[in-house]
Amino acid sequence: MTAPVQPNSFKTGPDERGYFGIYGGRFVAETLMPLILELQQAYEDAKADPAFKAELQALSTHYAGRPSKLYFAEGLTKHLGGARIFFKREDLNHTGSHKINNCLGQILLAKRMGKTRIIAETGAGQHGVASATVAARFGLPCFVYMGATDVERQAPNVFRMKLLGATVNPVTAGNGTLKDAMNEALRDWVSNVEDTYYLIGTAAGPHPYPELVRDFQSVIGTEARAQMLEQEGRLPDMIIAAVGGGSNAIGLFHPFLDDRDVEIVGVEAGGHGVDIENGHAASMTGGRPGVLHGNRTYLLQDADGQILEGHSVSAGLDYPGVGPEHSWLRDTGRVQYVPIVDQEALDAFQVCTRVEGIIPALESAHAIAQAIKVAPTMAKDKTIIVNLSGRGDKDVHTVGKLLGMDI
Amino acid sequence: MTETRIDRRFASLKSEGRPALVTFMTAGDPDPDTTLALLKALPGAGADVIELGMPFSDPMADGPAIQAAGLRALKGGQTLQKTLDLVRTFRQSDDATPIVLMGYYNPIYSFGSEAFVAAAKAAGVDGLIIVDLPPEADDELCLPALEAGLNFIRLATPTTDDKRLPAVLANTSGFVYYVSINGITGSAAPDASRVAESVARIKRHTHLPVSVGFGVRTAEQAAAIGANADGVVVGSAIVSAVAASLDSEGRATPATVPAVLALVSDLAGGVRAARKSVAA
Repeated sequence: MTAPVQPNSFKTGPDERGYFGIYGGRFVAETLMPLILELQQAYEDAKADPAFKAELQALSTHYAGRPSKLYFAEGLTKHLGGARIFFKREDLNHTGSHKINNCLGQILLAKRMGKTRIIAETGAGQHGVASATVAARFGLPCFVYMGATDVERQAPNVFRMKLLGATVNPVTAGNGTLKDAMNEALRDWVSNVEDTYYLIGTAAGPHPYPELVRDFQSVIGTEARAQMLEQEGRLPDMIIAAVGGGSNAIGLFHPFLDDRDVEIVGVEAGGHGVDIENGHAASMTGGRPGVLHGNRTYLLQDADGQILEGHSVSAGLDYPGVGPEHSWLRDTGRVQYVPIVDQEALDAFQVCTRVEGIIPALESAHAIAQAIKVAPTMAKDKTIIVNLSGRGDKDVHTVGKLLGMDI
Repeated sequence: MTETRIDRRFASLKSEGRPALVTFMTAGDPDPDTTLALLKALPGAGADVIELGMPFSDPMADGPAIQAAGLRALKGGQTLQKTLDLVRTFRQSDDATPIVLMGYYNPIYSFGSEAFVAAAKAAGVDGLIIVDLPPEADDELCLPALEAGLNFIRLATPTTDDKRLPAVLANTSGFVYYVSINGITGSAAPDASRVAESVARIKRHTHLPVSVGFGVRTAEQAAAIGANADGVVVGSAIVSAVAASLDSEGRATPATVPAVLALVSDLAGGVRAARKSVAA
């Protein structure tokens, strides 16, 4: 694949048809096409409305707890003996991850559009919990599609969603993971077009979802950039985030894209290893471009174009695609995407817990693992921001099982 | 564009004064030999146009019956190339019955749009229905397909309003596939009188034949819908008949082909009674 032309700015996409280079677009059934055009218009209107911005700002501050802290991870820095590591503490947000940023923005959009029913897909359950939370806050019924496999491995989040009043629909199609949940959510949307708002949790799907999810998540990078300048007087040398669908990563990365001296690294789920077909979820390392869930992007697929399930120890990264903007950033070379395998993530999970006193989500542990790899090779005056996208309480059962403990 | 088998078939049925029976089945469900046997026998049982599903791992617009049919076919090793091979073999004995390939874009994108269009034309395919390619993406496959002389059949839905219809119809050829409900394949039966209004609405925008599908299962429904449409599409009911005939391992049995043909004969009776029931 030839590399696309280097743009003057990496922050201007998508174009009016929803493309980042060749990626993105609107590959949906005709039934949904009028709906996503309506959503696009509603989002344009909302962006131009100061009242929308003010309401989102107030909720972010008082409900979600923003701004999240930029924390100097002294324990991990000393342990590694290289570059200084900072955590962007999205784990401290209400509901325990970055997912609330997007959900607050989208629930306000749904309200503006007069929609009365919320549907969402979820993998790890973090987005399902965040969706159920904002639906409860605004008094809207919420239906969450979750792969049956994920329902089993993320039982605490399933219970939280139910407590919040959401209906959790286990999806048994396919392997019962995130992609199957997304298929089922799309089927629900096609069947309930009048009253239903589809609250997509990641920066993927048909235009305008990749753009609007990115915009709502960019608060992460905007804050982190200002905090780093305030605390250290300069920009970081490197920023790192885990990439499944890629919403926490694009949220951190986007405000830094035109800071050419900042090295940007996205961490994909290497699972059992990227050489093992269907043994990982690293779509940009081990996949090729294709069309799924409304957009063109890198996908894990077989020779016939059938989508593979992928594998990761982390349910939130277990998705065979990735947001289209990441695919474009990969091809342009602006962002480097690297795989971290299950074992490295599990090791990082434990190291972080022991030396920093923070239990990270298994998703975030992939980003930490990359920092553990590179920090010792960097000078002590260099700085790295790692996006601590979520807390790990939800993962203790999974990790316990893998460590041979019965919790 | 030159006249295709689809154009000729709808023209001749118009002179007969009855709607077309358009049957759908998934290629390779549960194996290619069964599909080939069905392809060869369907015209005799009364199918006027055959839609052949190209199985895909993630059929977002399909209900449980067609999802399951696709999984059975993929499990049996069906590929896009094998689907094209089935059409080529069928064409050796039938040069009249139109074949429409229906499915999702990714396997075609993976094959290569230009290469696929050429291979489909060479195999004897007449038209394409690609669920996840709206007119906004016409440059991907629709335009190359039209260029090669294949019909590109578009879905119009209840959400396609009068403002949007012209864009949907612009590059559509062969026929228009009206999706009678907002929903997935195999959902509840559509209301015949509402469908009649919708077909009339579409016909104000186009001279193309309009076929109606999603939710049609019985001869009675086919007759009611066909009274006001140029074609009636039946899919989930047919693949459900395939499913019901399989053994416990999911393999075809001697009952498979007869079961499907019995259903299709019955449906064919429905479309043949469609206009008579109106006249009566």
